[in-house]
Amino acid sequence: MKIFRYFKSLALWELLKGMSVTGKYFFKRKFTIRYPEEKTPKSDRFRGLHALRRYPNGEERCIACKLCEAVCPALAITIDSEQREDGSRRTTKYEIDLFKCIYCGFCEESCPVDSIVLTDIHEFHFESEGKNVLDKQQLLAIGDMREKEIAECRENDAEYR
Amino acid sequence: MMEQIWLVIWTLLKIVAIVLPLILTVAYYTYAERRVIGFMQGRMGPNRVGILGYKLWGLAQPFADVVKLLIKEIIFPANANKFLFLLAPIITLATAFAAWAVVPFSDGLVLANINAGLVYILAMTSLGVYGVIIAGWASNSKYALLGAMRSAAQIVSYEIAMGFALVGVLIAAGSLNLSEIVNAQQGGILNWFFIPLFPLWIIYFISGVAETNRAPFDVAEGESEIVAGFHVEYSGSAFALFFLGEYANMIMISVLSTVMFMGGWLPLFPSESWWGQPSIIWFLAKTSIFMLLYLWFRATFPRYRYDQIMRLGWKVFIPITIVWIMVVAVLKVYNIGPWFS
Repeated sequence: MKIFRYFKSLALWELLKGMSVTGKYFFKRKFTIRYPEEKTPKSDRFRGLHALRRYPNGEERCIACKLCEAVCPALAITIDSEQREDGSRRTTKYEIDLFKCIYCGFCEESCPVDSIVLTDIHEFHFESEGKNVLDKQQLLAIGDMREKEIAECRENDAEYR
Repeated sequence: MMEQIWLVIWTLLKIVAIVLPLILTVAYYTYAERRVIGFMQGRMGPNRVGILGYKLWGLAQPFADVVKLLIKEIIFPANANKFLFLLAPIITLATAFAAWAVVPFSDGLVLANINAGLVYILAMTSLGVYGVIIAGWASNSKYALLGAMRSAAQIVSYEIAMGFALVGVLIAAGSLNLSEIVNAQQGGILNWFFIPLFPLWIIYFISGVAETNRAPFDVAEGESEIVAGFHVEYSGSAFALFFLGEYANMIMISVLSTVMFMGGWLPLFPSESWWGQPSIIWFLAKTSIFMLLYLWFRATFPRYRYDQIMRLGWKVFIPITIVWIMVVAVLKVYNIGPWFS
């Protein structure tokens, strides 16, 4: 039997077998996704850039309960609030430091009025110092821009929550 | 006097005509390597760098690489011997290019048709190891030194098996002149030397892979153990020279396998029609098959352990070549087969 093994190794049998595997892969379909042109599908629960939502009548949802500020494990959220003329409690300042944020999604889970949400935007960047802190106006603007997608994702995921 | 000047100019022109296509081939060989290995691993490989917004499957990638390497700084390690440090890549490249002088690309298409062509090539490819050793020593780095030591031991071991394989060719062809070796294989695929010299052919090519320090014999570089081996301290254009030399040597080994075992520029089946004529196209086609094999090996095989390399070289290849030299000698003496009659 040993002599058989010698002949097998002299005939380079296993090396040829290995080469036939790589040779087959040469012609197989490639797994690569050419990123900027092609993208992988994203989950409805994707946790990307933050946004503040509004009600359909244009009123902002946030009631300054500060649950998100309290639950945030990275202390990325800063909220100041006061009474508005009509007597309701509203935020005067709502800031998220994206360098501190760990995108855990606790703020979204804790929010009683579905105001702060994590959108599926994951391609963003800052061009100068200080731009990492998003203020209330920016967050609301993101929410206005993506309201349709945000609502759709929440709708799809509703029965599992 | 005038005649001699013209001879020099004419020879220089011929050298340029060989070296320029060679450098271009090396450039696209690196691109082909990344593409082919990528394909074999289920990836795309470089497919982005193009010209004027057209991607062209990444065909401009080698030029981007060359520009990058040329504009980078050459860093000298502390306490390195600067003269030797710069001499090493030059030796590597010079010997790699010098060997091309005797390569017959087609019938009569050769720069220097010298009689001892085979010995000259063996000498040139062996001299290349000095570049490696000097680079490892002059770098003043332990990894570089280890890489150089490994490379030296490996090349010395495989040189012997390679030399014996060439002795078989020498017996079969009865000449050291590369053009005559090709002409001794006249008459179709059955007359090529790879049939009577089959084990020598395999051993020659594998030794060639070991001699050029390519996978699976790349312990001299061994990136997982000694970073990059002998050229770990090199950067910029000095590194580019090593790169160029290594790839030129790989192409050289492919060319020699073609010339000595696969009938050089001779056609597969000689006939009156256009594809039955000997031409440089046959030579290039056969060479590119061997060049592809290099990449295929690299995509397939894991690196040999050092003791396995030594065992393979000394205890397997050398005995087999010696035995087969005797077989070839007997075949030759008794004029057996279509090859020696």
